[in-house]
Amino acid sequence: MSLLEEELQAEAEESTGAAATSPAALTAFRRGASGIAVPIITAVIAFVGGGLIVLATGHDPLTTYQSIFNGTGLNWLFPWVTGSERATAAGNLQQTLITATPLILVGLAVSFAFRAGLFNIGGQGQYTVGLIIAVWIGSSFAGMPPVLHIAFAIVAAGLAGGAWAGIAGVLKAATGANEVISTIMLNWVAIWLGVYCFQLGGPLHNPHMPTTPVSDNVVAGAKLPVFWGSSSLQGLDVGIFISLALAVVYALVIRRTRLGYEARAVGFNPEAARYAGMNVGRTWIRVMLICGAFAGVAASLDILGWEFSLATNVIQTSQIGFYGIAVALLGRNTASGNVVAGVLFGALLTGTSDRNISLSIDPTLVAYLTFMIEGLIILLVSTDVITLRLLKGGRRIGVAFKRRRSDEVTATEGGAK
Amino acid sequence: MSVGAIAAAPPRAVSPKHVGIAGIVLAALAWVITVPPIEVRGMVPSIVLAVVAVLAGAWSIAGGERKLGSEAIVVALFAVAGAAASANSSAATLSTVFTWSALVAATLRYATPLLFGALGGVISERSGVINVGLEGMMLMGAFWGIYGADLLHSWVWGVVVAMVAGGLLALVHAFFSVHLRANQIVSGFGINFLALGITGYFLEYHYGPNGTPLDISMIPNVKIPGIQHVGFFGAAFGDANLMTWVGIALVPALTFFLFRTRGGLRLRSVGEKPRAADTVGVSVVRVRYAAVVASGMLAALGGAYLSVGFVGSFSNDMTNGRGFIALAAMIFGKWKPWGALWACLLFGFGSAMSDRVSGVNQTLGTLFEALPYVLTLVAVAGLVGRSRPPAADGIPYVRE
Repeated sequence: MSLLEEELQAEAEESTGAAATSPAALTAFRRGASGIAVPIITAVIAFVGGGLIVLATGHDPLTTYQSIFNGTGLNWLFPWVTGSERATAAGNLQQTLITATPLILVGLAVSFAFRAGLFNIGGQGQYTVGLIIAVWIGSSFAGMPPVLHIAFAIVAAGLAGGAWAGIAGVLKAATGANEVISTIMLNWVAIWLGVYCFQLGGPLHNPHMPTTPVSDNVVAGAKLPVFWGSSSLQGLDVGIFISLALAVVYALVIRRTRLGYEARAVGFNPEAARYAGMNVGRTWIRVMLICGAFAGVAASLDILGWEFSLATNVIQTSQIGFYGIAVALLGRNTASGNVVAGVLFGALLTGTSDRNISLSIDPTLVAYLTFMIEGLIILLVSTDVITLRLLKGGRRIGVAFKRRRSDEVTATEGGAK
Repeated sequence: MSVGAIAAAPPRAVSPKHVGIAGIVLAALAWVITVPPIEVRGMVPSIVLAVVAVLAGAWSIAGGERKLGSEAIVVALFAVAGAAASANSSAATLSTVFTWSALVAATLRYATPLLFGALGGVISERSGVINVGLEGMMLMGAFWGIYGADLLHSWVWGVVVAMVAGGLLALVHAFFSVHLRANQIVSGFGINFLALGITGYFLEYHYGPNGTPLDISMIPNVKIPGIQHVGFFGAAFGDANLMTWVGIALVPALTFFLFRTRGGLRLRSVGEKPRAADTVGVSVVRVRYAAVVASGMLAALGGAYLSVGFVGSFSNDMTNGRGFIALAAMIFGKWKPWGALWACLLFGFGSAMSDRVSGVNQTLGTLFEALPYVLTLVAVAGLVGRSRPPAADGIPYVRE
C-alpha cells in the first residue's frame, strides 16, 4: 500500500466531484492558472489565517506583514528602494537566499521519493547526518587544496545522507517496512547520534570549548566563497548555485533517465511496474539513496556556506528537513516548483526571524506566527495534493472522468483490501 | 507405559513455542545476571546463556515459530551488548545505575505521557486515521493545561482545558483527514507545526518572557497508605502521580472497549473494512471523527501530565518529540492497548536508564536516548514479528 496509490485513488474519487469543484470549473481553472494559482491561493489563505490570530490578539496584521516582507529583502527588487534602506534589503535578500539553498534541496529529497510513491519524512535525519559528516570533514584535513576539500566534504555528506535514507529504502524493499515510520525513527536516531558526537566529551567535540557542546570550526579552505555581500556579514555564498544546479539535475533525472522513468512508473503503480519487468525494490532503494544525497548535500552547503560549526542545540532544534516536506508539496514535486517554494519559505523564515523585525509587535510572537503559517500551508497542501494532481495533466483528468464509475468502485475496494 | 499413552503424547516432547519462550527468558537472563542484585562479574556465564538462547531461537524458527525464535535471537544480541557494558563497569557504577526502585519510579514517570499518546494513537489508527499529529495534540494539552490550571486555580480545570484544546486540534485533523480526504500524514505534520505556533504564540502573548507562573495547582501524587514506606515497593510505586495510575487503568478499559463492546467493534470495523461497516449502517465519518477527537483528548492528557503533573510550568516545544515516541510505542505494541503499555514501559525504561547512565557517563547516556527509535526500526522491519496496521489505516473513505 503506497501513499501515492491512496492519493491516486482519492484523486479518482475526487474527480467524481460530488462535493468538489465541477468538472467545467476545474478545467477552466487548470487552463487559466495552470496550477500556479493553487500554491498562491494556499499561501494567501495561510497568511490570512495567521493574520486573524494577530488581529485577535490586538495587533495590526497589515503592518506586521509589511515588516515581514521588508525583512525578507524582497523589497530590494523595487527600484524606488534606495540608500541605506537598499543596503539593508540586500543583506536581507542574501539571508533569504541562504535559507532557501538547503530548503530547495531537502524539498527535492521529498519530491523524488514522492514521484516513486514513497513518502520521505526522513529529510531531517538525512540532513542531520550530512551536517555531522560535513562539519567533520570541513574541520579536518586542513592542508587540502580548497576546491578539492569542498568537493570532498559535499560528496561525503551526500553519500552519508544517501546511506541514511538507503536504510529505509532497503528495509522497505527487503521486509516491506513502511518508509514513513522507518524514516521518522531514523530522524531521531540521527539527531541523538549528532548530540552524541558533539556533546561535552563526545568523539567530535571541540576540545577548545570545554563548556560548549559544539564541533570544531570549518577550516578557511573549506568555506564556500561569498559572491554577493561581505563574507564577514554572512553574504550570499555560491551554495545557491549548487542547489539550483541540482534542481536541474533532478529535472533531467526525472524526465530523461531510465531511473526517473522507472521511479515514476513505480510511483504510479508498483504492481504494473513489476509486471512490466521492473525491479520495484531496487528502484525504491536507488530513489531513497538519491533523496538522501540531496538532503546530505543541503547540509554540507549550510555547514560550508555559513554555519562553519555545529552545536548540539542546532541539531536538536533544526526543522529544515520538515520544511522540506512543505516545500515539496507546495512545489508540486517539480524542480521549478521546489525552487520557487524554497525561496518562498526561505523568505518567510528570514522575514520573521527576530533580527529582521523592527516593529510594534513582539518579535517572538512573529517567530511563532511563522510556525502557524507553515502549519496552515502544510494542512492546506495536504488536501491540495489531490487537487494539484488533478490539475496536472488534462489527459489523466479526461481518463478519470470517463472511467469515474469504475474507478470509484475499484478505488474504494482497493482501499479496503 | 501403555500404547494409548504413547499415541496420545505430542509428537515432540517440547514444542517450538515453549523453546522460543525459554530462549527469550534465557536471553534476558544473560543480561539480568550481570546487574544488581545478582551481579555476576565476567562475561562467560552471559555468553553461555546467550548462545543457548540463540540456539533455542534457531531451533524454534526451524520448528515453525519464526516470530518467537527471531525475538529470542534479537533479545540475546541486545543482552550480550548489555552484559558487555556491565562487565566494563565498576561495581560502584552498577549500583549507582541500577537502583531498581528509583529506576522503576522513573520508568513510570517517563512512560506516562507516552502511554496517553500511544493509547490515543491506538484509537485513531484503529478507526483508520493515521495520527502523526499526536505530538502537536500533546503540546496543546501541555500549554492549555497550564493555562487552565493557572486561570481557574485548579489542576482539575487545567486537565479539562487541556482535553478541550487537544480535542479541538484533533477536530482540525479529523476535518482534513475524514472530510477533505487529505493525505493524513501531511495533515498530521501541519497539525504539529500549527500546535508549535499556537502554543508558542500564546505562551509569549499571555506570559511574556517570564514564562508561566510558579504557583500552578498541580496534579497530585497518589500516596498509597499500605506500601508507601515498604522498601522497594514504597520507593517504586508509593508516590506515583495520579495520571500514571489513570493511564494504566485506561489500558484494560480501552482493551475492553475495543474488543468487547459494540462501540469498539464498530470502531475496528471502520478501520479494517469501512465499506462493510457502512453497509451495515455504521457511519464511517462519525466514528472516525469521534475516534480522532478522543485520540486528541488522550494525547492532550499526556501533555497535561508533563506540564501540570510533573514540571509545573510550560516551555516552548516541551513535548520534544514525545508524540513521535508515542507513535512508535503504538506501532511497537502492534496497535493494541496492552502492547502499547509494554512498549511505553520499555521506552520509559530506556529514558530512565539514560538518565542514570548519564550520571556516570554522559556520552553513553545520550546513546540510550536513541534506543526506542532503534527498537522501533527493528520492529517495523519485521524482525520481531511483523506489525500490521489496520487495513484501512490512512485511507480516506468515500461513500458510493
